[in-house]
Amino acid sequence: MAKRETPLLDQLESGPWPSFVTDIKRQAETKPECWDILGILELSYKDRITHWKHGGIVGVFGYGGGIVGRYADVPEQFPGVEHFHTVRVAQPASKYYSTENLRGLMNLWEKYGSGMTNFHGSTGDIILLGTRTENLEPFFWDLTHDMGQDLGGSGSNLRTPANCIGMSRCEWSCYDTEEACHSLTLKYQDEIHRPAFPYKFKFKFSGCPNDCVASIARSDISVIGTWRDAIRIDQAAVKEYIAGNYPANGGAHSGRDWGKFDITKEVIELCPTNCMWMEGSELKIDAAECTRCMHCINAMPRALRPGLDKGASICVGAKAPILDGAQFSTLIVPFIKMSPDNEFEELVEFIEKVWDWWMEVGKNRERVGETMQRVGLPTFLSVMGIDPLPQHVKEPRSNPYVFWKEEEVEGGFERDIDEFRAAHKA
Amino acid sequence: MPTIEHNGKSFEVDEDGFLLKGDDFNQEWVDYVKGVEGISEMTDEHVKVIDALQEYYKKNGIAPMVRILSKTTGFPLKRIYELFPSGPGKGACKMAGLPKPTGCV
Repeated sequence: MAKRETPLLDQLESGPWPSFVTDIKRQAETKPECWDILGILELSYKDRITHWKHGGIVGVFGYGGGIVGRYADVPEQFPGVEHFHTVRVAQPASKYYSTENLRGLMNLWEKYGSGMTNFHGSTGDIILLGTRTENLEPFFWDLTHDMGQDLGGSGSNLRTPANCIGMSRCEWSCYDTEEACHSLTLKYQDEIHRPAFPYKFKFKFSGCPNDCVASIARSDISVIGTWRDAIRIDQAAVKEYIAGNYPANGGAHSGRDWGKFDITKEVIELCPTNCMWMEGSELKIDAAECTRCMHCINAMPRALRPGLDKGASICVGAKAPILDGAQFSTLIVPFIKMSPDNEFEELVEFIEKVWDWWMEVGKNRERVGETMQRVGLPTFLSVMGIDPLPQHVKEPRSNPYVFWKEEEVEGGFERDIDEFRAAHKA
Repeated sequence: MPTIEHNGKSFEVDEDGFLLKGDDFNQEWVDYVKGVEGISEMTDEHVKVIDALQEYYKKNGIAPMVRILSKTTGFPLKRIYELFPSGPGKGACKMAGLPKPTGCV
């Protein structure tokens, strides 16, 4: 394949940020079909419209997803990207790699694909960008047989779960997010590979409310670590912060002079529930009023730590705007224990209850968050067998359109108009 | 768009091998798809799935959700994959002559 003229794209080679154009050109030295990636993109820049055809259904035998089919709408002009399918490969929890593994993967992809990748897709998968239909099965064979790796999810199924780095390199993680993500991914392989749901479904696992994997916004079931006893305070370290010997927020704001650390201004007065105060030189926290927002811990990581009675909150229903508006996940279970020793039993039981219900009542292409909106939170809680709690709402309803069940109303709903008329003349 | 010749019949298909015109569906089509979708032998169970898809499509104008297909045929999803290795979308819908599944796949 010939080199392409790309005057518009060439402008994106200047500036300090790593240039994807330069990278693709470098790949094109050994894989000339990459010139057609640049060529078709240049054409799109010029025409201001995509040059990929609608949809594409390709895959490997045994699976209903994992590969996103794509065809150029100008194949004669750019034969190198006539087929340009994307392969989703399951990533390791937290995306830790050995160079040996990455070299193996790249050797495979140079052999069967374009050599271009996306590290990683938003859901977490390793994305291998661009190959032909006839390469899919041989690639899949080598991936599974030589690398011991599998495809990720696509379609109306459980998508590839993802997690924050958790206990591997963070002192705030309240449960083992990597183990949870890994073991649930293995447990639900069938649900990942063979679409059986009304629509897509995602898990994400965050170790604390900082939510570094954005589970509350980007997963149907968001598992967010927390604790239910008191924040652990090292008073000696608090003094070091006040004295200016430890940088606030781990030095995150050192790029600008914000003045000397002021614990009152930067921590105590910013606490959303006002549950902190100084008693002489001692920092005090009223644990019963703390909502575990992480701010004080984030500001003074060497002095404050999450409590010891750790677990997670489960929130449900986040989704992007289509169809009826964007949603964050809403709190359903304030606290569960998260233990690898019982294979995350409580969480597994919760997930399967959601699926049993949603697979039955969910409409075609309706995210679980929309199903919840349609039936209402009280109905969802009752099918889940969860007692309503004040923590389930930010505020009580302001309209009076309250439904009652017949058995909750004395005398029921069967009434006789003549009986009413006997006491109240028309 | 490519044209496929099989047993003297010709079919207009898209890149993914789905029939462009559902009316072209016939036994030769079934026989052709059988070859490309990893199906060694057609059984009554295959026919039952194909019939269920076509009937639902004729009535509703869309392909049924997976669990409706399972309910009407009585086959769990696992069995459907045993019958159609590419699954109900790429395998069975293609063979039944239904339009290509769309959306965020």
